[in-house]
Amino acid sequence: MSALAYDGLAMTGRQLRRVRNNPGLAILTQIMPINMLLFFGYVFGSALAMPGREYRAFLVPGLLAATAAGGVMTGMFQAAQDTHRGVADRFRAMPVSRAAVPLGQAAADLVVTALGTVPLLLVGLAVGWRIEGGAVRALGAVALLLLFRFACTWAGILLGLLSRSEEAAGQLGASTFVLPLLSNAYIPTGNLAGWLRALAEWNPISAVTSALRGLFGGSPVPHGAAWPVAHPVAGTLAWSVLLIALCAPLAVRRYARGER
Amino acid sequence: MTSTYAVLSEGLEKRFGRVHAVRGLDLAVAEGTVCGVLGPNGAGKTTAVRLLTTLLRPDAGSARVAGFDLVREPAAVRRAIGVTGQDTSVDVDLTGRQNLRLFARLHRVPDPAARADELLERFGLTEAAGRCASAYSGGMRRRLDLAASLLRRPAVLFLDEPTTGLDPASRNRIREAVRELKERGTTVVLTTQYLEEADQLADDIAVVDRGRVAHTGSPARLKALIGTHAEAVLADAAELPRAAAVLDRLTGARPVLDHERATVGAVCADPTLTLPRLVRELDAAGVLLLDARLRPPTLDDVFLRLTGDAPVKEIAA
Repeated sequence: MSALAYDGLAMTGRQLRRVRNNPGLAILTQIMPINMLLFFGYVFGSALAMPGREYRAFLVPGLLAATAAGGVMTGMFQAAQDTHRGVADRFRAMPVSRAAVPLGQAAADLVVTALGTVPLLLVGLAVGWRIEGGAVRALGAVALLLLFRFACTWAGILLGLLSRSEEAAGQLGASTFVLPLLSNAYIPTGNLAGWLRALAEWNPISAVTSALRGLFGGSPVPHGAAWPVAHPVAGTLAWSVLLIALCAPLAVRRYARGER
Repeated sequence: MTSTYAVLSEGLEKRFGRVHAVRGLDLAVAEGTVCGVLGPNGAGKTTAVRLLTTLLRPDAGSARVAGFDLVREPAAVRRAIGVTGQDTSVDVDLTGRQNLRLFARLHRVPDPAARADELLERFGLTEAAGRCASAYSGGMRRRLDLAASLLRRPAVLFLDEPTTGLDPASRNRIREAVRELKERGTTVVLTTQYLEEADQLADDIAVVDRGRVAHTGSPARLKALIGTHAEAVLADAAELPRAAAVLDRLTGARPVLDHERATVGAVCADPTLTLPRLVRELDAAGVLLLDARLRPPTLDDVFLRLTGDAPVKEIAA
């Protein structure tokens, strides 16, 4: 096994153990979307033109995409901890592959996300969401979702490594919850003013939401949507690859350089 | 070329913006010895350790650690060294056991689990092995830190103020571990603010002041150079000059007067000066003496003697 694979695997194990020792944040980030599904679905949904059950089914893919985008926050948080705490010095003064720590973090996050999404799917099924597109398309949806999460985590890792302190990363990370508000995750974008609609549809979360809605079955693409929403699978792939290609090498370089 | 020096640095420099933390550090540590790097806060000790352990890149100068060039062969240096930093350098979100197993795995130790348990036992952490390091006391964390540095035997071990802020029992445990390591042939570079610690542990002491090595030598040589500190406390500060004249004559050094505490002190290089003689001479001079003592030199005395100045408390770097 190559040194990077071996060290990366050890670091993945490290992150998974950290989450197991302190599961608070991981549990909280998975409970949030369930609360939002119930709150939006039953409270806000009652004021919308869309029937309640239909709105809840509409919400589930949006919440999945929004939760995946939460990888930015989790990534920032963990990377800031990792670079500002003394343990980073030990890793850097050891003969460990430079990319192993961020890679392990991103890989472990994928495992946690895959497990953590299951409760949201179950609650979604209980309140009216259905998988109508068949097993293959559903698996494709899950794969896309995880790919997007992986990309968001790398973006978060880069931002976390660039942050000046754990606190700064925590504050900036927490503010990322507004990102899904300006997308089609919670509302249809068709009625938004022209420029606002363009902004919302070029939000990567919109492409992912549309891809999930399409693959799980159901809603057609709205008329006149921007390219990433009109071609949501390609759009999601493009956004994800772009984020990874941009953020992962920069994050690895930043971590390797060290000097705080 | 095989060097007999485990650490050999020449003219190492490091600046942080306008702070010139290390300015021309020349350090030579012979293989198998313990070198005490002694200096006050802000003298550049930590920066020196971070440079020598590849955590910082020097702006100028060169160094070889365990025979490898610091700048050109950092990976080889990392394979040869162990480091315990001043901050906790273990993962506080992992248990003691998880920490040691992880580091053992990363070091490619043959049986990580067994090696981890062995070191937990050796550092008295077996009972606490299953708890998160964040719940450890300062002394326990430092012991875990040291254990993590010893999972595979390093050729050179760097310890940055390993006993600062610890209770006496933990302090002794760490000091014992350093002595054991030395017996097994590991070269140890440890920084400290305590002269007494350097005296007990080190074969050689490098006094660092303002980013430079101001003096090197054995503890005995250093102490002989500094001598003991003679001090007299008077009833009346007005009599200080008279007492100072006595101290001047006995020690041959310039006495330092403290009017507020009516105290006069001087460093004495003469080993034959005894307390009874000091008291007799002061009494004979007719000063009202409340207290007198001869005490071993402190870090302040070392700096007073070597640099002609009290240690400067600069920004810690």
